[in-house]
Amino acid sequence: MSATTLRGVQLPDGSRTDLHFADGVIVEEAPSGAEAIDCDGLLVLPGLVDPHTHLREPGREDAETVLSGSAAASRGGYTAVCAMANTQPVTDTAEKAEHVHDLGLKANLVDVVVIGAISKGLKGEELSEMGLMNRSRARVTMFSDDGMCLMNPQLMRRALEWVKPFGGVIAQHSQDSFLAGPGACCHEGELSGRLGLGGWPPVAESTIIARDAMLAEATGSRLHVCHITTAEGVEVVRWAKQRGINVTAEVTPHHLLLGTEELVGYDTKFKVNPPLRTPEHIEALRAGLADGTIDVVGTDHAPHAPQDKDHAFVDAKPGMLGLEQALSVVIETMVKPGRLTWEQVADRMSHAPARVASLSGQGRPLTPGEPANLVLIDPDRTATVDKAQSKSLSRNNPYDGRTLPDPVEATFLRGRATFSR
Amino acid sequence: MEPRAVVSADEMQWALTRMTHEILEKNHGSDDVILLGIITRGAPLAERIGAIAKEQGHEIPVGQLDITMYRDDLRRNPTRMPSPTVLPAEIDDKVVVLVDDVLFSGRTVQAALLALADLGRPRAIQLVALIDRGGRDLPIQADVTGKHIPTARDERVRVQLTETDGEDLITIERSGQ
Amino acid sequence: MKHLLGIADLSEDEIWTILDTAEEMHDVQSRPIKKLPALRGRTVVNLFFEDSTRTRSSFELAAKWLSADAINVSAKGSSVSKGESMKDTLQTLDAMGVDAIVMRHAGSGSVAQAAGWVRASMVNAGDGMHEHPTQALLDAHAVRRHLRAHDLGDLQGKRIAITGDLLHSRVVRSNVLLWEKVGASVVLVGPPTLMPPGVEAWGVETTSAFDDVLPEVDVAMMLRVQRERMYGGYFPSEREYIDAYGLTPRRLAMLKDGACIAHPGPLNRGLEISSAAADAARSIILDQVSAGVAVRMSVLYHLLAGEEK
Repeated sequence: MSATTLRGVQLPDGSRTDLHFADGVIVEEAPSGAEAIDCDGLLVLPGLVDPHTHLREPGREDAETVLSGSAAASRGGYTAVCAMANTQPVTDTAEKAEHVHDLGLKANLVDVVVIGAISKGLKGEELSEMGLMNRSRARVTMFSDDGMCLMNPQLMRRALEWVKPFGGVIAQHSQDSFLAGPGACCHEGELSGRLGLGGWPPVAESTIIARDAMLAEATGSRLHVCHITTAEGVEVVRWAKQRGINVTAEVTPHHLLLGTEELVGYDTKFKVNPPLRTPEHIEALRAGLADGTIDVVGTDHAPHAPQDKDHAFVDAKPGMLGLEQALSVVIETMVKPGRLTWEQVADRMSHAPARVASLSGQGRPLTPGEPANLVLIDPDRTATVDKAQSKSLSRNNPYDGRTLPDPVEATFLRGRATFSR
Repeated sequence: MEPRAVVSADEMQWALTRMTHEILEKNHGSDDVILLGIITRGAPLAERIGAIAKEQGHEIPVGQLDITMYRDDLRRNPTRMPSPTVLPAEIDDKVVVLVDDVLFSGRTVQAALLALADLGRPRAIQLVALIDRGGRDLPIQADVTGKHIPTARDERVRVQLTETDGEDLITIERSGQ
Repeated sequence: MKHLLGIADLSEDEIWTILDTAEEMHDVQSRPIKKLPALRGRTVVNLFFEDSTRTRSSFELAAKWLSADAINVSAKGSSVSKGESMKDTLQTLDAMGVDAIVMRHAGSGSVAQAAGWVRASMVNAGDGMHEHPTQALLDAHAVRRHLRAHDLGDLQGKRIAITGDLLHSRVVRSNVLLWEKVGASVVLVGPPTLMPPGVEAWGVETTSAFDDVLPEVDVAMMLRVQRERMYGGYFPSEREYIDAYGLTPRRLAMLKDGACIAHPGPLNRGLEISSAAADAARSIILDQVSAGVAVRMSVLYHLLAGEEK
């Protein structure tokens, strides 16, 4: 395998160095014959880890495949993505988990980490075989019914208890389905009233987070809060952490940047669940990510085919692309205003999500002996997003036409370039 | 070129008086006659003819006809606002005398005839025009005319009436200047 | 005007233009030949994703009385279930060369979305909980005729109470926008559970005290309350709803002279409105129906009669 030197590259701590890697591992000394890349003005981060990706395979290969989603991920600087369970069929057995795992190995662009369903068929009625999934080749540790909230508190309690012996984590889509039912598609407020769209009130999120935090405390198990979107939700997580409850929280790039006003034209590319929120919530999310209350950025990359989006707003599928512009949005909303250092970006987008998903070979420090999972970035590069250029098979890109940072120069998975400009 | 006055206020009043006489003469009086002015400027003209007839002892019902919906050039112009059609009496089996200011292509009159057909079945329809400027596109002619003013296509005949424009005056000007 | 998507997009002048033209169109209904040739050769499609016999036939008559060719397409349950997208449905009709598509859909904003996909003029015949502009226009037209018949002036300065299920009603949004634009004032009456979120930003009064506002209003507009809402927990029982918000015979007697009663229909007799109120001399409910054809003729005329935009 080849050897590479990133010459004069800036590390997240601001220091400049020559970073060498050979045979997929970071090494101390420049190996002979190493290809040198002049990295003047460039920065290296540990390869990004997405704790929340929808790859759509199996079932909706017209919207995304493991291969196309992996390509989009490496384009966005990711070296690992956690693939959500709401495929067709749902990933709720060891066999199905191994199938997705194997597709990831075959694509070989990022580590595809399988998330298993908490309940069979995401129905919220019976537990799926979480232990068998954990002991399969896919080694599943994260479980989620994402797309659906696990409403039944008794089942939630049992799930937390069940995964505790093997160090699993329950990742909850926090949406009380009574307070925010099927028609809820717009942040509840003046705009939902004006547009006549079903309101999705913040309390539908915060009450579930509070309930689940108490269940995590009672069971001594581990909870991960997916795509948190409200100030109240952040406040509950902050309280739970102060109390010592084992909870982590995630925010999406789109909830950091885009506001509910985007819905004014009923453009379904802005339909996402939970919905885009108002400025006070966006500010609370940014503050929460800055102070560490929110641990990780998760893309909730949700590709959809046009025939699932070209409907009335309420009927269109929720979700938007995220893998390719996640780092762009974090730089725009958090780094440029000075709210996150590069070390903190490395934490929120690589180290912490790797910890949440219990990944040993991802999100590691950039020190000799560690796997060479890296992303080389030009922090000052910007570009206008063109949805047609996406590596994803889908085009529901909410940033289309916006000028944003476009930092990724190259992504390396265990020393091999999986993307380079 | 300056607009050229072709009919003064006095001449207009004189013409209307003569036209009223011709209408009464043609119909052997005013029995069963209804005057309908075509909106816009035909309406006040019909009122004036009605008033002159009254001075002569003939009470003729006067109304107005809006032909907006019947125009054949609706789609060539910005949307026009329709105005109310006012029928002073049922027109079935009556003699409807249509009054317009200028008779030119005949398309306005054609629209008026179509509009009347939807409103009833008059015994006869007659046409009165204050000015006949020639240049017909359709086989239509006036029964009573105030004044013939042969004009070129690129000329514009402008009828001003006290009721709508503040003074009685008819001028000709070249269009497109 | 290229489309009629909502009252929100109309200027005050455009509203008066539509209402004034509706006055002229109204007369056609009393003529032996109820037909004007203004839209000869034009084609209007009624595309109803949701049933509404009343609105659909009103639009159909309006189109036909203007001599347009009108066809009805019931697309109920077609799109989402059959794998055809709403965009496909719209673009298929548009490709046939129709001039206007009158659309009813349960999804808020769907008509505005459609306007971005087609060449034809789009007319909103009710989109979810968003707007129903021709309903508001016909309400105004019917009230205007009532006011004129009773020598009570025009719409400016009048006061309208809109009472009932304000949360799920598309009629209320269009009406609030319209009445405010023409210089009338609106008070919304209903229980907190049926108030739209953010209603305080609409610039209208809201109250739960029906009895307090009734004696002062010129128009008491009642909205249909669906019995199913009871099971959604919006109100405890019909009895309790009627007690607080029904236009009962007792409340009917509280109306001032000249005040009228309106209802967009269909009526839930005995729930939001008593038969005594619905059939009262001051009820303009049937006038609203005839006003519907005139207003829709006016709208179609202004969208389609003039030169291509």
